[in-house]
Formats: sequence, C-alpha cells, structure tokens
Amino acid sequence: MPPTAPTPTDPWESLHTTALLGTDRRPLPPPAAGDSAAHLAVDRTDPATALLELAALETVRRRAGARPAPAGEAVTALLAAPAPEDHRPELPTPAARRLTLLLGSRGAGSPGTLANLTELLPQWLATARARGFRPPAAAVPALLDAARGRTELRPDAVALAGPLGRWLAARNADWRFVLRTTTDAPGGPDGPDGPDGPDGAAAAAPGDHHLWHEGLFAERVTHLTALRRSDPAAGLALLVSTWPTERAEDRLLFLDALQDGLSLADEPFLEAALGDRSKNVRATAAELLSTLPGSTLAHRMAERARAAVRLSERGTHLLVTPPTECDTAMQRDGIPLKSPTGRGERAWWFGEVIAATPLSLWPESTGLTPGRLLGLRVGDSLDESDSSWADDLREAWARAAVRQQDADWARALLGPAPAPAPGSRGGRAARAPRSTGAPAKLLAVLPPTERAVWTAAFIEVHGLGEAFQLLGACAAPWSPPLSTAVVAALARAAASGAYPWSHSGVLGMTERALSPATATAVEELAAEAAPAGAWAETFSRLAGTLRFREAMLAELGA
Amino acid sequence: MEERWSTEHVLSLAPDASSQKAAGKLSSPAPWSATGTDGAALWGECRGSGRTPYRTAVELATPAYSCTCPSRKFPCKHALGLLLLWSGTPEAVPAGEPSDWASDWLAERRDRAERRATGATAAADPAAALRRAEKRHARVAAGAGELRLRLADRVRHGLADPSAAGPWEEVAARMVDAQAPGLATRVRELDAVTGPDLLEEYAMLHLLATAATRIDDLPAPLAATVRARVGYTTDAAEVLAGPTVRDRWYVLGSRTSPLDGAADERLTTRRLWLRGAKTGRAALLLAFGRPGRAPDLALPTGHLLEAELAFHPGARPLRAALGTRYDAPGQGPAAPPPGLTPAEAVAAYGDAVADDPWLDAWPAVLTGVVPVLTPDGWQLTDGRHTLPIHRGATPEAALWRLAAVSTGRPLTVFGEQGHHGFAPVTAWGADHRPIDLTTG
Repeated sequence: MPPTAPTPTDPWESLHTTALLGTDRRPLPPPAAGDSAAHLAVDRTDPATALLELAALETVRRRAGARPAPAGEAVTALLAAPAPEDHRPELPTPAARRLTLLLGSRGAGSPGTLANLTELLPQWLATARARGFRPPAAAVPALLDAARGRTELRPDAVALAGPLGRWLAARNADWRFVLRTTTDAPGGPDGPDGPDGPDGAAAAAPGDHHLWHEGLFAERVTHLTALRRSDPAAGLALLVSTWPTERAEDRLLFLDALQDGLSLADEPFLEAALGDRSKNVRATAAELLSTLPGSTLAHRMAERARAAVRLSERGTHLLVTPPTECDTAMQRDGIPLKSPTGRGERAWWFGEVIAATPLSLWPESTGLTPGRLLGLRVGDSLDESDSSWADDLREAWARAAVRQQDADWARALLGPAPAPAPGSRGGRAARAPRSTGAPAKLLAVLPPTERAVWTAAFIEVHGLGEAFQLLGACAAPWSPPLSTAVVAALARAAASGAYPWSHSGVLGMTERALSPATATAVEELAAEAAPAGAWAETFSRLAGTLRFREAMLAELGA
Repeated sequence: MEERWSTEHVLSLAPDASSQKAAGKLSSPAPWSATGTDGAALWGECRGSGRTPYRTAVELATPAYSCTCPSRKFPCKHALGLLLLWSGTPEAVPAGEPSDWASDWLAERRDRAERRATGATAAADPAAALRRAEKRHARVAAGAGELRLRLADRVRHGLADPSAAGPWEEVAARMVDAQAPGLATRVRELDAVTGPDLLEEYAMLHLLATAATRIDDLPAPLAATVRARVGYTTDAAEVLAGPTVRDRWYVLGSRTSPLDGAADERLTTRRLWLRGAKTGRAALLLAFGRPGRAPDLALPTGHLLEAELAFHPGARPLRAALGTRYDAPGQGPAAPPPGLTPAEAVAAYGDAVADDPWLDAWPAVLTGVVPVLTPDGWQLTDGRHTLPIHRGATPEAALWRLAAVSTGRPLTVFGEQGHHGFAPVTAWGADHRPIDLTTG
C-alpha cells in the first residue's frame, strides 16, 4: 500500500478496505454526493449485506463502463519493428500439412506400422531448405521448439525459419540459439538471392565485431566461424587480437574454428601456438599444421618420417626404424611422450610421426604409387623378415589419409571393392576387410558415388552385420544401387532365418536412408515373408515408411 | 468443388495426443485401399496387422465415425487417418459411390436420425412436473438464502481475517444439495481467488444468490439468465421447440477443454462460436464428450454452415442449440470476418454486461490489431488503444504462434473480450487462413 492513502472519494477503495477489516470493525462508507439512485436505494439495515450490494453495483458499473487503455510510447515503439519480409515461395499446401504432422508427433514412438515420424523430420527439413521454401508463419514457433530440443536440427530449422525465426528469437529467450546458429546460405545453395538476403546481414556485417567482444562463448565461436568462411585473414586477425586473454578451454575451440579456410597464412600463428601453456592447445595446433602439406611442421615431420622408413635397395621392402626417443622438438610438434592407450613408446612415436607427415612424401621419395607402396612388404631395418611394423605403418597412413582428406590414399587403403568369392555369397565373411583403422572414416574421404558403390559391393560379400558404420558414412538418401544392395541383403538375412531385431541398428538407418524407389521391392518382400511373422511386419513397416517418405519428398518437389 | 478440412482441424477431433500421432502415421496412401468420397462421407479399408483390413467410414456433416477396428478410442486412429489422407492427398480418396458396407452404415444412421426426429416425446404428467418444479424452486431459494448469509458473515468478520474463513468446499456441497450446481461451481472457485478480485467475486455471487431468491419478480429474460447461471439446465430439444434462426453461420473458432492430454475426470467441453452471415448474430454452441473422448460436434473454423439455431432464453442470448442443417459445412469467404477496433470491443462488452451483469466475456472479432509483448505481458493494439491478453486463458505457445502469424503487422483476431482482458481463439494472418490459438 503506498503511503498516500487511497483518496476517500474512491468508492471502490473504501468499500474494499471495509470488506477487508469487516463491517464489525469498520463502518460502512456513507453515501457520497455523486451516488446514483441505485446506490441510494440500497437498504443499509445490515451493513454487511449493504456492502455486498454496493460492491456489486460498483463492479458492474466498472465492467460496463470500462474504457480501453491508450497505447503508450512503449507499445508504439514495438509496432515500429515488424519482421523483415520473407521473399521465398511458401511451402506447397500438402508439404505444410506434412510439416504439421511431423512436428506434432514429438516423443518416442511405439512399434507401429511406420517409423517414428520424428526420425523423418531432419530429412524433411534438409529437403525443404534446399528447395528454398518459406514455412507458414504459424508453424515457425513449433519449428524453433523442435530445434531447441534437438541441436542436430538447428542449422536446417533456423535456415528454414528465415527472417521470421530470427525476429521471434529476438523476443523469446527460449529461442536465443537461433541468433547463434550459422546457416550458410539462407536460400539454399541455388536460392535466387544467394546468401545475402535481408536477414543475412547480422552474420556477415564486416568489421562489426561486437559479438566477438561482448557475446556469449557460443556466439563468439559462431561469429569467428562465419568470418573464417568469408574472410579467413580477417578471422585470424580477430582471433590474434584477443588471443593472450582467452581462457585455455576457449582457445582450444577457437583454434578448431581455424579449420575453415586454413592456409599457410595461418602457419606463423599456429607455430607460435605450439608453445602454448595448454597441452591441448599445443596438440590441436600441431594437428592443424600437419594438415597443411607446405608447413614447416610438415617438413620437420617428413624429415623424421624419412629417417624412420626407407625403401630397401632391391625395392621389395619398406624398412622401418622407429624413433628411439621423443625429444623436445618432437614434443613441441605435438607428439605426446606417452601413448594414451599404453602402447609401446617407439611404436607410438612412430605412428604419430607418420600420421602427421604429408602423404605426398612417399610417392615423391620412392617414385611409387600409393597402391604399389601398400603392396610392399614391411620389415624391420635390422631384420627384413620381421614384419611387426606393417600394421603400425598402415594404420598411421590411414590416419594421415583421413586427416589430409586424400582420396587416392583412402582408395588404396580400402582396397578394391570386395568381389564376391564363388560360394561365399552372403555367408560368413570371405575374409576380413583388409584395412586396419576404421574403414568408415576412409570411406568418408571418397566422393559420395564411389562411397556408395564400394559399400554396396562390401554388403554383397559380407552382409549387413558389419556394414553399420560404412552405411552411416554414405550420403542419405542412399543411391539406388546401394539401396538395391541393402534390400537384397535384407532379403538374404530373412531367408537365412535370422531375426529382424539382430539387424535393428541397420534397419533404423534404412528407414531414413533407403531410396523410396525400392518401396515396391520391399512390399514384395513383405508379401513373400511368412504371414504374421517378424520379418513380414518389419518389411511392411519399412515399405510404409518408404511410401511416406516418397510422398513427403514429392510434396516438396524433390 | 470439394472442401477439405485442415490438418489442425482433423487433429482437433482426436481424443488424445497418442491418437493424433497414430493417425499421422495412417495419413499416407500406403495402408489404404478402396477409398472414396461422395462429398458427404468418406470410406476406405485400412490394412492393419491382421488379415482382414478395417473398414472405416466418416460422415462429414456431424461428423460421425464407424470403424471395424477394436479400438475403444473414439474417433479411432483409422477414422482420423482417413480424414488426414483426404485432407492432404485428395487424389487418394477419389469421388465415387459408397461401397455396400459404407452405404449400409450411412443409411442406418439416416434411419435412426429420422426415428429420433419423429419419435414421440414421452407423455409427461404435467401436474407431477409442476410439483417437481415448485419443490426444486423452493430448495434453490433456500440454498441461495443460506449462501447470502454465509457471504455476509464473512464480510462482517473481514475478508483479511483468515481465522473466520472455513473452506468454501463445504458450502459448495450445500449448494449441490440445494440443486443449484451453478452456485456450487462459483462458490468452489472462491477458494482460489485472492487479492482485490475477491470482493468482486463475493459481490457478484451475492447478487446472483439474491436474484435466485426472487426469480419470479424479475423480467422474463433476466429470470432466464439467472436460472441458467444458478444451474437449471434446458434440454436442447426443448429449446429447439421454440423459435429458431436460419442463417449461414460462419464458424469463428472453437475451444476444447480440458486441454488435450489432461488426465481429467471432467467432461470434455467444446465451445464453438458462430456468427450469422445475414443476421450478424453471435452464437455459442456447447458440445460435451465423456472424459477422454472428443465431443461429437466439430465444425471447421472458417467454414459456413447453413442451419437453424435456437437460442437459449436470457437477457443476452448467446448460447444456442443446433437444429436442422441444410448442408455439410462449406468453405467460407476467403477474407477474414469483419470486426471491431479494441475500443469498440470494450464498449460492446460493456453493453453486454449491462444486460447480463454476470457475463465474464463477450465474443468479439478484432480488426487491424498487432500482438505485442510488453513488460506488462501480451497486448493487442491498433496503435491507438491496447487490450491486455487474458493471462492464463491462452497457452504460451499459442501466443507465440499469434506473434508469428502477425509478423508484427496488423491482423484479425477472434476471441472473447472480458474484464480480465481478451482471450484469443482464432487469428487470420496475411494469407487469410484461420489459425487456432486455443491449443499449446
């Protein structure tokens, strides 16, 4: 209650005060000069009843006579800032209806006739974004809510939500992530306006680095990443300007951002970072430098590698002399003294050196192609017949191929797509995949088409059991040949008496990634399978999902 | 021209969220065969896990559903899935003649409706009815008198004195015994009211109880209002026996409560607001469903329905019963309905309160308003005046949907204007499609 007591002339206030204290303790306010006939007609014999009647009169008087509040300056100011116009074409109506369904079915799904619809949302979003559509305004809040809970949806959802999404996010703290999410090109790669729509300005404004200086950590990373994509030198300069004052954890993640647009221009900075206080920062700087074939670190590693591996005089062997110590120079170049997994010290140092050496060293110093080099026998420099270094060398080369994104080496390391050996089709593995290291990572270095072809061939020989990670490395939706290979492998698995749930990982991926063009083939499998059996149910569900995806993509004109 | 319902409308018919989800999965053509529509009904066969497909049919006007599946949910996921399929993929439900089983069901429904229409109402004993009415009248008057005493007693001791206040629940039970369920509900709500609103609630309840003790002295329309508020119910058939208004009724919006998913034992209530295209009259239809079931009556927002409505009597008639329908609901005009400024809406509510003092709100279409989020909460403004949005009446998510649809620009909003502010129900954005604002 403010110190200035309510004016005794406010009839409601005096009634209210009396009611709070009770008419036993406080008298009823006397009739006032301006009271209406109705007020004056109230029987005041019983003060409590009279008070209720006077209060009813006041209440109705106030409700019936209410006036609208004038719009103040604050409200007028809000009116001056509508959302920027979105010039993208609106989603076709059926696609908008589909979006409502996909967004409406949040939460875990029960086993049913179709995959959990939330699993299909990422694909819908990516397609709609690539087609450059604008969602109906009413769907944008639900879209942002979905992206709030699932970070992997954010880039597509935020790009799709467009300028309206950013306008809403500026008004709702729950959607702040929108302002921190980079979406490369709002209109999709071939959108009519390119990346510089009216809304792209926030991320691209050159020279305005207030986010870098005042933003939250995630906003700073986003800002740096965006800047590196458009102007790597400016990004580096910005990072250098505050580098000494950054915390070690932050320095580490800022360094990661340099991956975008990395070039020899970054080398002096990275060389200096090799002397950083933080071990993780040093290691990251070394790793970045090792992906720059022309860097002096790469030269230093090449020197070490040359000392560790030489071609035998007859050219039949690669002879290995692993490092005998990890000197301070090696440590400065990012080679840890101890293996985190407790491997033998020399093998560990050796592997680290080879993995950080430019792969171009080997053909240049031996005149042999990657394929030939991999065909050579590997021996110890003291004892040619001791081949104990072969696996270490191959594994280190594989790491280098992934790090340097070298498709020739990846292809050579993976080997030719396995051909079916007579009589072994779909049975136990004819032989284990030749490459040590992770084939899925090597596969990811290859162009998408080649990846799919290789995986299809692998599946034909080895079945689906070992293909989970390889399939995960293939671009979704899978190409028709790969899809056909997967369907054939599923048919073989069903025929062999295996159970569907032993393939549940692959099946889950299949729901999302199998080409809808195989729907008919899967429907045939469903019809052939033992009725009411587990495979029949699995195949009908898969077919249902494929038809759903087919319709979904068709609605988007994809 | 076929007029299809929106996805949102179909989903609003679902009894719960899991049905919505299940129906979404049945919205593609894959599991369906032998589908068709004749404009008034849909039918189709849906493959489930069993050998024989389920036979599903929907009559659109009521709507009414039939399905051979064993689900106890109503409508079941197949009926909803079929509606979604029809709404999203029209070519998957081609025009045609109903299959035998579908036409049997439709014919049976027609027969039953006719039987009901012609069925003689049970011959009542007018003398006994009169005796019962007099007895109830006396009990209600006694209950209302008792309530007056209780209210006055509290005011005598002071509302600020908590020791004097027992729970109102006990008084509410007495009102139930007195056959005044309307009073009981209002009394029960008193326990939740705090602060400056409390005296208002006491006063208005006192006014109602006073009126209930002397209904016979009131003018007939006001007496009818008091009777309805005290809890006398009127049978729809009885209302429909009186005068009706034929018009093309535009569906302004609807709200179903308790909201979807609430584990509540109360009846599900659906409110549907209409406006006559010729008469301009506002009308409110109420439909009820057993707990966990969606009410039968559903009319798509933005559609027009040619029908007879009979208004319940009262000082401010609004509630109506739906009588004869002359057609299935059809697509309304492409433009949003014409409406009022915020100032006019406040004045219209004031007029309505002058007729029926217990009115909490009156339906209003607002034109050219922008939703803005101010430090005092959400407001609707036309740049000259503002109306606060009634806190708690609208889910937060719906308010953001309203803001998104407006994009910060003027739009048309239908809702209820009352002394707590404006409770939005439907919005029409730049594309003139109605957006529901009553669900989260």
